[in-house]
Amino acid sequence: MIIASQKPIDEIKEYIKDYKKILIAACGTCVTVCLAGGEKEARELAELLSLDGDQEFRVVTPERQCDSEFLAEFDENVGWADVVLSLACGVGVQYMAERYVKKPVVPGLNTSFMGTNRDAGYWTEMCQGCGNCVLEKTGGICPVARCSKSHFNGPCGGSADGKCEIDPSTDCAWQLIYDRLKSLDQLEKLYETIPPRDWSTSRDGGPRKIRRPDVAIEEG
Amino acid sequence: MAEEKSKLQRLFEAGEFVVTGEIGPPRGADVEHVHKAAEGLRGVIDAANVTDNQTSILRMSSIAGVLLAQQKGVEGVAQMTCRDRNRIAIQSDLLGAWALGIRNVLLLSGDHQSFGNDPQAKNVYDVDSVQVIKIMADLKNEGRFLNGKKAKTAPKFFIGTTANPFADPEELQLIRLKKKIKAGAQFVQTQSIYDIDRFERWMEKVREWGLHKEAYIEAGVIVNKSVRSVEVTQTVPGMSVPDSIVERMRKAKDPKEESVNIVLEIIERIKKIEGISGLHIMAIGWEEIVPEVVKSAGLLPRPTLN
Ligand code: SF4
Ligand code: SF4
Repeated sequence: MIIASQKPIDEIKEYIKDYKKILIAACGTCVTVCLAGGEKEARELAELLSLDGDQEFRVVTPERQCDSEFLAEFDENVGWADVVLSLACGVGVQYMAERYVKKPVVPGLNTSFMGTNRDAGYWTEMCQGCGNCVLEKTGGICPVARCSKSHFNGPCGGSADGKCEIDPSTDCAWQLIYDRLKSLDQLEKLYETIPPRDWSTSRDGGPRKIRRPDVAIEEG
Repeated sequence: MAEEKSKLQRLFEAGEFVVTGEIGPPRGADVEHVHKAAEGLRGVIDAANVTDNQTSILRMSSIAGVLLAQQKGVEGVAQMTCRDRNRIAIQSDLLGAWALGIRNVLLLSGDHQSFGNDPQAKNVYDVDSVQVIKIMADLKNEGRFLNGKKAKTAPKFFIGTTANPFADPEELQLIRLKKKIKAGAQFVQTQSIYDIDRFERWMEKVREWGLHKEAYIEAGVIVNKSVRSVEVTQTVPGMSVPDSIVERMRKAKDPKEESVNIVLEIIERIKKIEGISGLHIMAIGWEEIVPEVVKSAGLLPRPTLN
């Protein structure tokens, strides 16, 4: 899922300082689960921001901000507001802005990564959406997102005691890959040299899109 | 036009015990700095690496540094990391390096930018070090770039890389070294050795795998200038500095002298290890000491080629 965290309160205040009626749009999906932009966080934020003065706040929580089906019911509230403070991921914020052409929409979160919850209050990155998944070769551990140098052919010289050279609280992806392939009795996979990859399937190829004729609705 | 084959390569091929050094380029555009460092090493070592923004500290480029060193009669080894350049820039810069008379290249991953003064920088890592070795070897052997297009005048570098005997997981590090050599690495410089017992054990494995027969292996050593410098080295990920060495430095009346003693003892042991073809001496910030170390280690005069 998409992991995000709330922006510093002063940054948010700066974004909305020129407006009187503020619609805080939470999102009921990923950011609810990662405790950054759900209904609860939106209400807390509204409370905190109203301490300051004469701004008015309303909170709405569509099931998903990245889906037009769920946005329609908020048209009226958006009409009321001077600005929408979106607590969705970057997709939701942009989708809101596209739908409400004349309404300023500002982000309340920093969208961080695709990852998972490891422990109470602890999330880690798992996938970078590189568009050409290599997990079969690496025992199901992603070298693109989880190795700090995106190495494909083994660990750099900074891997020590299972940790990455950049910081002792980051696991070295290649230690994890090694341990896992060893336990699967598949170490021979590590002898294969993976050639330079085609990054055009990643962000490097420009904004990406997927078209699926098989699911497209035919005209006529 | 410089010779096709570097002096370094010819010395290895002649079976000499090679000595290389290292020049850290200046944090500025200062010519004198590199010229002076090179003059101090001339005749003392066979070739000098010029580092590529080592530990991600912004400095003069390695290729420019090698060129300056070569002006003073010290053959250079250009370093090239995968951190700052994509496949286009790496190949392009190395075409230029060859055209300018540079013959040795050391290809490596590069320290992550979070170590340096620009942790805000975007890194590249378009290719990794195994892949970049293969790219440069294919260019040499087949005259083709990675994209398959033919190069007009393909560079034929003597290709080196690094290995860290003290990094984890040990077996996977050896597999990776094997891949680097298979990809085309001809010489290997190891991470600096303080824990010589552990290094000897690692070399046993290297011999078991036969890697010392497929590439020339140079053992790396650092001459630390102070107690503080050893203490800092001990904290670097992937470095293995036994406490006993730090203690010896702390207790020494003259830490500089003790540091030289320690290095000389390590070199003595290194010289006896089967499969080692040379020594790589680093003394960043204390280059003046290198001649004394090489001399005391009985490695002078340096061999010449006819
Ligand atoms: S290889 Fe690519 S698609 Fe697969 S997990 Fe890693 S980043 Fe995601
Ligand atoms: S220590 Fe491991 S995870 Fe970190 S950059 Fe090196 S190989 Fe990648």
